[in-house]
Amino acid sequence: MKAIVDRRHHRLAPVVLLLAALLTMGALYAAFSPTPAGAAVATQTDIDAGRALFTANCATCHGPRAEGRDEVPSLIGVGAAAVDFQVSTGRMPMQASGPQAMAKPPALDAEQTRQLAAYVASLAPGPQIPSAEQVNPALGDAANGMALFRTNCAMCHGAVGSGGALTSGKYAPALGQSTPTEIYEAMLTGPQAMPVFNDANLTPDDKRDVIAFLEAQKAGSPGGTDLGAVGPVSEGLWVWVVGMGLLIASAVWIGAKSS
Amino acid sequence: MSTHEGPQVSGEVTRPAGGELVTGDGEGQLPDRFPNPGLPPHRPRLADTDPAAERRVVRQVALLFGISALGTIGMVVAYFAVPPGETIGSMRLSNLLLGLGLFLAMFGFGAAAIHWAKTVMSDVEHVEQRHPQRSDPQTRSDAVAVLSEGTADSGIGRRGVLKGALVGALALVPLTIAVPLVGEVGGDWNVGKFRNTLWARGKRLTKDPSGEPIRAADVTIGSVFHVIPEGLRDSEHWIEEKAKAVVLMVRLDPSDLTEAPNRRDWSYEGIVAYSKICTHVGCPVALYEQQTHHLLCPCHQSTFDVADGAKVLFGPASRPLPQLPITVDDEGYLIAQDDFAEPIGPSYWERLK
Repeated sequence: MKAIVDRRHHRLAPVVLLLAALLTMGALYAAFSPTPAGAAVATQTDIDAGRALFTANCATCHGPRAEGRDEVPSLIGVGAAAVDFQVSTGRMPMQASGPQAMAKPPALDAEQTRQLAAYVASLAPGPQIPSAEQVNPALGDAANGMALFRTNCAMCHGAVGSGGALTSGKYAPALGQSTPTEIYEAMLTGPQAMPVFNDANLTPDDKRDVIAFLEAQKAGSPGGTDLGAVGPVSEGLWVWVVGMGLLIASAVWIGAKSS
Repeated sequence: MSTHEGPQVSGEVTRPAGGELVTGDGEGQLPDRFPNPGLPPHRPRLADTDPAAERRVVRQVALLFGISALGTIGMVVAYFAVPPGETIGSMRLSNLLLGLGLFLAMFGFGAAAIHWAKTVMSDVEHVEQRHPQRSDPQTRSDAVAVLSEGTADSGIGRRGVLKGALVGALALVPLTIAVPLVGEVGGDWNVGKFRNTLWARGKRLTKDPSGEPIRAADVTIGSVFHVIPEGLRDSEHWIEEKAKAVVLMVRLDPSDLTEAPNRRDWSYEGIVAYSKICTHVGCPVALYEQQTHHLLCPCHQSTFDVADGAKVLFGPASRPLPQLPITVDDEGYLIAQDDFAEPIGPSYWERLK
């Protein structure tokens, strides 16, 4: 005890205290935070709460009965998976209309997202939120995932999932920060410009293989920095500016007279 | 010797006394000839005059050589001590250490050599006069005599047969290099192969890469399927055949679809299939945007409208993607009605013959 009292005025004491407080908060949050969406079975209470959330957050564009209108898709039959993907990544509610609904901090928390998904799923049958086992990368075959990704995904998302440009301001987002559940839901529902990859096209096992391949990419490139892995633009910029700059600097140094 | 006489034959430099300009006839005229200004006065470097500076640059050069030696040793040590291993992290560390050692070894050595030459080695200018290239008349006439003697001895002037045989054989020799060189350019000159693909009447559409057949009912609206012909892997040169036969298949709401009158039966309940090979320079066109029904080529941004016969909306492609006529068989699987009606891919001279 005396040792602690003696060190109370040490200059690192506030840092240690702050770290301890953050760790405590993190542990408490992990212990008491609500379970992820999809774990619980939807009840009528959830659906009612979801309807209220829908009216408040979504009905302005999608219509009071989710029927959609010009340029705004109907949500009847899109299923819980679409709602979970769009709302948990912050893409919906949309901030402003534009070429792309961008990911941003979500407006609704996990519980509200679950209720909203339950309401939309109650309108008509649609794709369900995948289970933890369906998206577990450890159960997937990354090599088969690579073959599938190369054929079906790489043209837009890039060979290792770092994203790419589409037409008129749209783009395929980078997949490095996406969770396995989000990746599964995106394939299943085809959000925005992305086409649908239903279970007949990519079976649930295929989807898990794709997830395993994407998880394997998080280890990075064995060659060191990959310059964003977006292909010739960043690599060319590096070569032309840094590489040739160094060569020119060396040539100038070699040619300059010594003082 | 006049200054108008042209190139100097001897090594002496013509230089007017006093180094003045030799001016032309009138005022404001260019001089006929500029005098040689000679070398500027030699300026000694700091290391030439100050022994302390000289010792310093010698130390710098030695340090650079030392860095190079350390880099070499470090690279050899890393080669043995840090194997690439099995994980990405260990491969990256191995590559980083090898590259860093190699860089220090090479760059340190080069920089030391340049620094040495620039600062320590003598930089006093030297002048070497050019010598005349022309031999003296005696040597020239001797050489001509030897050549004439050789020609007369060989009898090439008298024996026309030998002359013709020599020239003919010499003219043929380059063919031994040229024929294989030209013959192997491109490997294969049969462009007629582009006219046909593996698609044929009744051939099933299968998934790339698994080769499983596709039921029409499985292709839901908004889906995109990457398609190869049934039995592709069994064909000879299957990679070349795949490069020609790949197809992208989507299902649209039939009310979104605009179809030419002669192609109404080429789709099946909103399912359309188009060649994936761009008509510009043959990149695989596969960036399909579900909402706009646009298909984008990643190479040069040619954009095709899948809902309207894959017509070109934007970019350098000059014609729509060829459409694969499809239907279903008795079991509900999608099949091709026929091969493509036109050659796939970019233009070539014999394309429309």
